[in-house]
Amino acid sequence: MSHDGHHSVVIPAPGPEFQAHTVAHHFDTPVQEFQSAKLGFWLFLATEILLFGGLFAAYFYFHEVYPETFRLGGQQLSWKLGALNTSVLLLSSWTMAMGVRCAQTSQKSKLLMYCGLTVLGAAIFMVIKFIEYKAKNDHGLVVFSELFSPYNEATGQLAWFKDYHNAMVDKAGVPLPHGHLFFAIYLTMTAIHGLHVVIGAGLILWVMKGAAKGRFHAGYYLPVDLVGLYWHLVDLIWIFLFPLLYLVP
Amino acid sequence: MTTNVPAVDVHGAAAEARPKNFINWSSGFMSWAGTLDHKRIGLMYLVGVSIAFLCGGLFALLVRLHLWEPNGALFSNAQYNQIFTLHGAFMVFIFVIPAIPGSLGNIILPLMLGAKDVALPRLNLLSFYLWLTGAVLATLAIVLGGFDTGWTFYTPYSLYTNQAVVTIGLAVFVLGFSSIFTGLNFIVTTHKLRAPGMTWFRMPLFVWALYATSLLQVLATPVLGITVLLVAFERLYHIGIFDPRLGGDPVLFEHFFWFYSHPAVYIMVLPAFGIISELVSVHSRKPLFGYKLIAFSSLAIAIISFLVWGHHMFTSGQSTYAMFAFSFLTFFVAIPTAIKEFSWVATVWKGSIALNSPMLYTLAFLVIFAIGGLTGVILGALNVDIHLHDTYFVVAHFHYVMMGSIALAFFAGVHHWWPKMFGVIYNETLAKIACGIIFIGFNTTFIPQFIMGSRGMPRRYATYVPEYAPFHQASTIGVIILAVGIALMVYYLVASLFQRKKAMENQWGGVTLEWLAPTPPPLENFNEPPVVTNEVYDYSTLDLQTMRTPVK
Ligand SMILES: [Cu+2]
Repeated sequence: MSHDGHHSVVIPAPGPEFQAHTVAHHFDTPVQEFQSAKLGFWLFLATEILLFGGLFAAYFYFHEVYPETFRLGGQQLSWKLGALNTSVLLLSSWTMAMGVRCAQTSQKSKLLMYCGLTVLGAAIFMVIKFIEYKAKNDHGLVVFSELFSPYNEATGQLAWFKDYHNAMVDKAGVPLPHGHLFFAIYLTMTAIHGLHVVIGAGLILWVMKGAAKGRFHAGYYLPVDLVGLYWHLVDLIWIFLFPLLYLVP
Repeated sequence: MTTNVPAVDVHGAAAEARPKNFINWSSGFMSWAGTLDHKRIGLMYLVGVSIAFLCGGLFALLVRLHLWEPNGALFSNAQYNQIFTLHGAFMVFIFVIPAIPGSLGNIILPLMLGAKDVALPRLNLLSFYLWLTGAVLATLAIVLGGFDTGWTFYTPYSLYTNQAVVTIGLAVFVLGFSSIFTGLNFIVTTHKLRAPGMTWFRMPLFVWALYATSLLQVLATPVLGITVLLVAFERLYHIGIFDPRLGGDPVLFEHFFWFYSHPAVYIMVLPAFGIISELVSVHSRKPLFGYKLIAFSSLAIAIISFLVWGHHMFTSGQSTYAMFAFSFLTFFVAIPTAIKEFSWVATVWKGSIALNSPMLYTLAFLVIFAIGGLTGVILGALNVDIHLHDTYFVVAHFHYVMMGSIALAFFAGVHHWWPKMFGVIYNETLAKIACGIIFIGFNTTFIPQFIMGSRGMPRRYATYVPEYAPFHQASTIGVIILAVGIALMVYYLVASLFQRKKAMENQWGGVTLEWLAPTPPPLENFNEPPVVTNEVYDYSTLDLQTMRTPVK
């Protein structure tokens, strides 16, 4: 362990196509740097889970208060598309894990390939998401063009919730109380999750840029590892969202 | 006290060579704006939060001047609502929450651990810029029409009032992440960057306090983040979950808000406890009484604080049984808190007390915090709280904690570490006078508020019935005295930077590691990485002539 702050610790590159990594000046060893970043990232992931925790709490509360709204609302979602998206994300988690493995074993081209596949999975996920949103839009359950229109105090009508096909009515044909609530929560949760998918894909592209330059190898693969963890979290949150929104009713 | 084991083992005599310190080793705007050095970031925080404090204080002064007359002396009722909201929002989110961790924590924590920096310096700089963005957004919200919801943003009012709520909500969200990143950084630093020999129970109590604070910042703040985000969405596209017109439940907002904001009280006060723990020991030159008790009580407070949020909602219509539980659990917070207070007093007792200005601020804290803490127990009692809820009694109670305790501990810490940070010493006589003026001004401001609150004066009102006028006027006189004291303090602290009266390397005779670093510390803090061989707060090896601990 070197205590000398003036000479930084350098991890050599395993081959000519790779770059050496210089450990940050305030760390004594590469292990210390690796463990610090990893601990910090796990704590960050905990804050992400707590952020979604607030949304989940709201979901459970209103599921309890308006069970019929949530039952019928859930039926309006396509469980087939949801299941397809779940498998896409699960597969992409696998490709990401393989990418991390390839970084650890200094396999540059395979790392790039697996990262590319993961980004492809993210893209497919977002396309399917778009198809789903489009359907909600066409049924008047979430009219995106009216999303930011003001609430009409006089009629008590929400501009973005029109329900063209009377999906959210009881057996007698009377509209359920606050049928929009299910879709508001659906939209908020899936949109924030979708934002995470996009950010995750951006991070993986950034990893690919570094990988192409040979920054990541058996001696130094920390960013790949952390982005991988982030991607698994995005996947994990969806694993909870899918049954709650599409299947639970 | 006979051991002659050196406190810290420093190899070589390089300590005598004086390289440039962290302030003057490089210059230019970018060397500060882009710095990754924890001390420079801490210094920028110190300037920033001080300006925020002076702004918040100015708003407070305006509020109190307005209340000189029963019908309001200065503003329309709508303007008054905006000004007291600004006072609350600036003081809570931009000053008190980041003040101690951001400034003193950033500068002192790595020094105390014997580290060269915090573990994640880039995240540290990001945290500062998020703070700055939040402060700018909050100021922008004033320009964009202001906000009059109080700092708590209670729904449904915050959903219906004027437009700047989204802007201030965004500000709070960004400030929240600034706070999270600071906490995250300190946790990692404490785990991974302790000097050789610095075991967990050799860590100074300021570090323990910041560690407990950091846990709260990381675990509670995200809930505030999503809550203000939901309020913003509610205003933008009417989700309906907080809006009773759309089937939502405004009380759900209160649950979400206080799930964060009660622990937030401890995010604010635990670092203050940490400072006081350091200072009572150094200025009494005595090891802390109950070191482990104080360390664990910080963690106990952190845990209990997640279970008591409902005591803010005794009149919100939550279930009676929940109220019993919340009231009962609230009393539990008093136990670890009292352990601290008793331990501090026991540390001072029979100590070799030096009445330096940091110690005077500390003693003022001990008195004020005893009052602030005990009135908290009164408010935690369910039946009493129904009477006192939303009165000036509550205002006085939390100002005894927020202003009287936290701000005073912050001042104490600034005075204590000023010579270490800048290498200069302020005018000690003026410091003692200012401390006295602040103590008198503070109590004159808030004791009348206890009395009128217990007689039913509701908080937040722009006008009041004339019977309360004497109390309001006494309170306003108090705040003017307080303002004079603070102005004096700002004057002599700033003046000391120009007078450049050189401080000693170890001004007060502290034995924690930051006093071993050169004054002011160089870029990487220590000339030689320290190795800790002594127990914490062991004054036995301190040479009173040179104020140095022996080195090999
Ligand atoms: Cu509370």
